[in-house]
Amino acid sequence: MSVTAFLTDSTLCIGCKACEVACKEWNGVDEDGFNWSGFSYDNTGAVGHSTWRHVKFVEDGNGPGGLSGPAPGFGGNAPEGATWSFSSDVCKHCEVAGCLEACPTGAIVRMDFGAVFVQPDVCNGCAYCVVACPFGVVEKNHQDGRAFKCTFCSDRQMVGLAPACAKACPTESIKFGELDDLRLRAQERLEELHSRGMNDATLYDPTETSVKGIHAMFVLRGDPRSYNLPPKPEVPTIYNKRGWTSSAVAAGALLAGAMLAFLGGRR
Amino acid sequence: MSEMPKIPPASARRAGAEPQRDYGEPVPYEPEMPSEARLLEIRREAERRGQVQGAGIRPAGAPFPKASPESGYYGIHLLKEPQWNWAIPLYFFVGGAAGASSVIATAADWVGDDFELARKARWLALGGAGLSSALLIYDLGRPSRFLNMLRVFKPQSPMSMGAWCLAAFANTTAAAAFADLVRDRFGNSLPVRLLGGAARGASTLFGLPFSNYTGVLIGATAVPVWNQNIETLPIHFGASGLQSACSLLELWGFDDSRALNMLGIGAAAYETWEGFHLEGNFDRVNDPLKHGTSGWITRIGGVLSGPVPLVLRILGGSSGAPTSRRMRRMAAWSGVIGSLMTRYGWMRAGHASSQNWRIPLDIREDSRVDDRMQSKPALPQARSVERA
Repeated sequence: MSVTAFLTDSTLCIGCKACEVACKEWNGVDEDGFNWSGFSYDNTGAVGHSTWRHVKFVEDGNGPGGLSGPAPGFGGNAPEGATWSFSSDVCKHCEVAGCLEACPTGAIVRMDFGAVFVQPDVCNGCAYCVVACPFGVVEKNHQDGRAFKCTFCSDRQMVGLAPACAKACPTESIKFGELDDLRLRAQERLEELHSRGMNDATLYDPTETSVKGIHAMFVLRGDPRSYNLPPKPEVPTIYNKRGWTSSAVAAGALLAGAMLAFLGGRR
Repeated sequence: MSEMPKIPPASARRAGAEPQRDYGEPVPYEPEMPSEARLLEIRREAERRGQVQGAGIRPAGAPFPKASPESGYYGIHLLKEPQWNWAIPLYFFVGGAAGASSVIATAADWVGDDFELARKARWLALGGAGLSSALLIYDLGRPSRFLNMLRVFKPQSPMSMGAWCLAAFANTTAAAAFADLVRDRFGNSLPVRLLGGAARGASTLFGLPFSNYTGVLIGATAVPVWNQNIETLPIHFGASGLQSACSLLELWGFDDSRALNMLGIGAAAYETWEGFHLEGNFDRVNDPLKHGTSGWITRIGGVLSGPVPLVLRILGGSSGAPTSRRMRRMAAWSGVIGSLMTRYGWMRAGHASSQNWRIPLDIREDSRVDDRMQSKPALPQARSVERA
């Protein structure tokens, strides 16, 4: 089976949240409360245990003439106007995944098609994956006790179906396909956007960092930081070597110190 | 435009300009959906105070929330907070003391010929190992699945290594304590000597990393304040564990042991240095260790486990005189409380650090959400409908 991926194109997203609904419907994900955030149309805030797809409403009221706040009628592709763009966020299914490396039970596994999957029948809710994820995706559900995140619709993919969110997306903003193919298509799309004057269009795929690329890439306009995407995500295993070296030093010092103290303490 | 329906003013409607209808007794409105309930709450507040405050409700002219390279994504934090409960910092404390205690027991046994101290230190290690397991299992979301920790052996996961280390440490310490028991009751026969010695050696071997691995555990995470300090965290937690092991044994009656005092001085000296090291680091990543609740807990913990016991131990000495004992006990209490506060302080610092959205997004600390909004005009008010 080939490695599959998402390519989420924020220039095509209309913010309808059909992906969120399709995800919840298919996966039976819990409701996440009815709270108003005051942040544009985003009342969910972030992906979490009860939100596996999450549409971001990126509203930057940096308009002309000191206008701040989105002005009706502005936005879209007018570079001088206030912008309001949407991007459907999801687990990145990293090439080197922090949660997968950290999981002490082996509950988190890599599927044939590259998905990072939390096996709900194995997870014991130790919550170490939560602090190991550089994207803040996986979260512990305290009612249930286990950790949850996007499964990449592994059940659907195993029988050859596209993930529910990609299937439901009405504008094909969420593209699903083979990873290598989508990387090419992303480049083509960027060239097309640039040729149309959208020079701020970028591809978010941190291949230069220790995460070594992601299986859910994003075509964005502007700075990825406005979309809560870290410029330099690092998988925490890179700290292991320094940590264990320090641990060995501490252990050596403790052993030597204890021996010396009791040698000297003998009366 | 003249075709628009004309809405009678509210006062006219209330005054009965429209024909009276009998609607019967008013039925109290009872919302069922949480969002409806919140709406009703807001209406009541508006009626009462003429103004509503709350998330998502901003008075006209207030800075508009923005998603931009200066303000991130509305300042919503990217990283998830650690989701461990109170048992985990306590586990860091208990496990650190247990691991160090096991090493003290072996050193007292093999080098110091202080068998009484060795026996008690062994029991302390065993009690600590048992309590550690209980605390770890209590924190699990599915405690009945705790044995899943031993399904796989993953060197790249500090949690997996820690689970194996705890399992090995608890079992070998139990075997060593059992060997002590058998020796006391049935004499020191050859098998007891051999097996007991092996168990003691193994308990020490696993106790060494167990006393400090929790520093690696939190250091090898995405939480900035933890991973930026990974090079000193295991030594810091190891010294803190040694401090608490010495202190607990002193409070158990060994307040005249010279070796324990020397170990305590060593640990307190390191903790003092660690305090200076952290205070001298002005990287914004370390802010949670200095400011806010987490900063105060870490700082007070650092003083109680560093300079205070250092001075008391040096002054008190180990003469066994009543003054010396009193000072040693004061140092011990200070060390235990300081060590405990250190672990809680670091845990709270991790929470504070993961809530800082600027660091993972690489955004300057002085950037303002409303940087470009100081001279902003008030948002256009909804125009009141011209009423006939």
